Parts: sequence; C-alpha cells; structure tokens
Amino acid sequence: MPESDDRVPPAVPLLSLQAASLRFGGIVALDEVSFDVQPHTIFGLIGPNGAGKTTAFNVITRLYRVDSGDVLFDGRSLLHTPPSGVVRHGIARTFQNVELFPTMTVLENTLVGAHTVSRFKREGAMRAKAAEVLDYVGIASVAKRPAAGLPFGTLKRIELARALVSEPRLVLLDEPAGGLNHEEVEALATFIQRLRDDLKITVLLVEHHMNLVMRISDHVHVLNFGRTIASGPPADVQRDPQVIEAYLGGELEAAS
Amino acid sequence: MSRGLVTRLGVIAVAAGIVIVLGFRLSDYHLGLGARIAIYFIAILGLNILTGYTGQISIGHGAFMAIGGYTTALMSYYHHTDLLLTLPLALAVCFVCGLAVGIPALRLSGVYLALATFALAVSIPQLPLKWSKWTGGSNGIRTFTSPGNNWLYRVCWICAGIAFVAAWLLLRGRTGRAFRSIRDSELAAASSGVSLPIYKTLAFGVSAAFAGVAGSLFVLVTNGYAQPNEFGVLLSLQLLIGAAVAGLGSLYGTIVGALFIGLLPQISTSVPLIGSGHGQDVVFGLIVILVMILLPNGVAGLLGAIDSRFKSAIKSDPTTS
Repeated sequence: MPESDDRVPPAVPLLSLQAASLRFGGIVALDEVSFDVQPHTIFGLIGPNGAGKTTAFNVITRLYRVDSGDVLFDGRSLLHTPPSGVVRHGIARTFQNVELFPTMTVLENTLVGAHTVSRFKREGAMRAKAAEVLDYVGIASVAKRPAAGLPFGTLKRIELARALVSEPRLVLLDEPAGGLNHEEVEALATFIQRLRDDLKITVLLVEHHMNLVMRISDHVHVLNFGRTIASGPPADVQRDPQVIEAYLGGELEAAS
Repeated sequence: MSRGLVTRLGVIAVAAGIVIVLGFRLSDYHLGLGARIAIYFIAILGLNILTGYTGQISIGHGAFMAIGGYTTALMSYYHHTDLLLTLPLALAVCFVCGLAVGIPALRLSGVYLALATFALAVSIPQLPLKWSKWTGGSNGIRTFTSPGNNWLYRVCWICAGIAFVAAWLLLRGRTGRAFRSIRDSELAAASSGVSLPIYKTLAFGVSAAFAGVAGSLFVLVTNGYAQPNEFGVLLSLQLLIGAAVAGLGSLYGTIVGALFIGLLPQISTSVPLIGSGHGQDVVFGLIVILVMILLPNGVAGLLGAIDSRFKSAIKSDPTTS
C-alpha cells in the first residue's frame, strides 16, 4: 500500500468543500460538510445509504447548488461555473447508475468526453486519442459497437474512458465497483492506483465496497445523514466508534 | 477511405444522377412535384437536426417556413429583390428567429416543448392577417416574378444538395456528437462539457434556417403566392411525419421521408375509398399509422436492422466483456 505523506500538506488542496450545506425541503442532505482533497491522492468518501455521498458529487459538479458554504477547486470557487464548465476546470466524473449515450458507439461516447479538449483539433487526431484511452481502459475491441447492449462492466469502463479523455486533474468515481465481480474489483483497484501513480490524477472515490476503499485510499472521509462523522487515514477511520456504529460493525470488521 | 464512406458516396452519386436525369425527362407538372419533394427534403433535413439529432421535438416548423416564405414574398413584392437573393435572406432571418425561439424553449422539454412549438405552428401563420395592409391578409401576397417549373426544379434540388452537404458537415464531427449526446443523456452531456443552452439554441437556429429556405422555395412553387393557409398546422405535422418516416437521426432516410410526404397525397387522391372529398385524408392517415406501426424507427431503422442481420449471419457475434 502506498504511503501518503501527511506531514507536509501542500499549501492549496486540489479540492476543498467548505461548510457546504444543502437542504431538500425538510431533509438536510449535506450539513456543513468540509473536506480537503490533496493532489495526487485517492480520497475515499464513504457512508451508509443516504449519507450524502452522491449529493456531495452533485454539488462539486454543479448539478446541485449549495445553500451555504463553498466549493474550491485549485483555490478558486466553483459556485459560478455552469455544470458544463466543470469539466473544463479539470474535473471529470462517472455516475452511480451509468449515464452513457446508448445510441452512440463506444468510440463516439469517448469522443463526447473529449468535447472540451477537441475544439479546433483535427477529427482524426481526436479519434486516435480516444482509441488510445479505450485501449488504456481495456475495451478497444468494442470501439465501434453501440453502447446499448454491452455488459455492465464494459459500460462502467466506457464511463471511465469518457472521463479520462478530457484530461482531468480530478476524477470523481461514483461506486465504480458496483455490480462488478471479484476479479473485476481487483482489476479496478489496480486501475485506480495507476490513475494516481502513472497519470498523476487525483481520485475522489465514493464506494460501498469497504475492502476496496480501505485498501487503496490515502484518506477516508465518512458521512452519515449529511454530517461528517470521521475523517482520516483508513486505519484510524476503521477504528472510530462512531463509524463502527453507523455501519453496525459488520462491514468494517470484515474489511480489517 | 473506409468502405462505408465509399458506399455512401456511391449512393449519393446515384441519387444525384437520378435527380439530374429526371430533370430532363419529367413533364412540367411532375417537375413542379419534384421541386416540392426537394423542398420537403430541405425542411425535413432541418427538422431532423433539431428533433432527430438533438432530441428536441418541434411541431412548429411550418411557422419557420412561413417566416421564410413571407420574407421572400415581401422582399420580391416591395423591393423587386432577385428571388435567389431572398433565399440567403430567409435563411438569416429564420436562423435568428430560431435562436429567439430556442432560448425560451430551453426551459421546456418533451411534450411541453412539443405543445409550445405547436402553438407557434398555429399562431405564426395567422400573423399576416394582423397586418393585412402590407401582407395581403388571407389572399396572400405574390412575388414580383414567378419562375417556371423547370427553373424551380433545378434551383430546389441544388439547394437540397447544398443543404445536405451543409448538414453532413455540421453533424459529422464534434458539433453533431454534441447534439446527439444531448438527445441521449442531457446529464452526461453536460457533465462531459457540452453546454446544453448553447447547443440546443444552435440546433433550433440551424433547424429554423433550413426550414426558412424551404419556406422561400415553397412560396415559389405555389406560383409565388405566400398565403397563411399554405403554412397551416398540417404542414408542420407533415414535416414531423416525414422526419419520422425518414428515421429520426438519419440524413440518408430524409429523401424517403420527403418522397413520402410529397407523393403520398398524390397517390391517396387516386384511391376511391369513401367517395367523399376527404377520402384522401383518410387514406393518408391510415398509411401514416401503418408506417408508424411497421417501421417504428423509420426507413433508416429498417435498413439498419437488415444490415445487422446480414452481418451477424456471415460472422458469429463475439461476446466481449
């Protein structure tokens, strides 16, 4: 497991949520949630169902507006960026339930991800680049097939390719292990670590697969009912009594 | 060049050849009909960019045709502008009108957008009645000169060819993919950096510009008369039917859609069904219903299905994970 160097934190975290709050009617989805994601780390965001993890993603990607608080990326507020402008800053994401373009081919899906980096570029060069990314995520063989009808694991990889082709500095992965079998989860763990180590991409990971999160994350942040209940290195978080209570003990013990 | 591209260019060359040969062989009446088909082709092409590619339903394209048509008629009547020069003018006017409609339309989607555009189809063609002193009211207004069918056939099909190439250039790369991504998933499109307001409005503008040119030519084939009744709701519906028959999101099916709405009324007139004056409408409606049931994805969907069945027959489909 790679060691994160927490002794000398960089001056500016890549992503910073500052007391972000969001209410839906009477439900508090996020209650003054703050966390800092340091560059070139894997940051695990966990919590029971309905804890506000995906809400946090949607706040960062500007699909939801915070009622109060701020979201800083590289020291600058994102609150005036439209949803389509977020990726231009260098933030790409995947979706929990896979949001693809079903009638378009796998290659075309990937090319849409390159939308912000393909202006005034030659079509052929962009296709070559997209094909390269498809090769990197291991689905080059289905490049010309329509996305609809491909296996779920492949769809998840198309989303990854679409996110990576935009040359992001931060990727938000929303339950990338959901619906994958044991071997696929193993491959995914290696893959996410390669994103950090080889491509120098920072990863914000929402995941229910506790074993995966605890194994590859440099830092784990735990939400419950929209509030932060723990934050720190995986080993510390696993021992936190509040976290154990939130998860009723079961899953975390299995992971440790 | 890929094999697919060669096949497509071949199909286009054959189609262009047929159009040219017919131009020398057809009777005067049929030249007029051929010109109408070219006009439907341009309008359906435009509607397809908006509805087929970008996923924004419009039942109001007759309104944009009316704006284009009246642009030509008014310019020709009052300023004796060369008819050919009124075409780019109609294009520009309708592009701006399309943008103007597209911006408020951003707040609507699905059936609500369909209803709003339907309201356009109902209301815009009635506007000339309001200023009937200038527009001739329900009698309409006539262009200063009205060209013959031979001229019309040529001009309409040249415009259709230009429109096809323009649509193809627009849709083949980054912009076309942005349009289609919005149709497939607005959420994923926005997250990929595709600005929904910009591309949806652009699709409206371009689509309306195509309809505007079609409207100009439409006035010319109706002996130069621009009349409110010519651009009624039925025209808007016909265009949508044509686009559906063509297959939403298919450029090549457009010619079939244009032939369908251009020729079907001719054919259904000759079917003696009920003996009433509206028998042809019944036949037209029945055929439309049949086509919708039998070809839910249009002609393009049918060709695609045949193609994939053919391919899976010659090689077993490898299931990849």
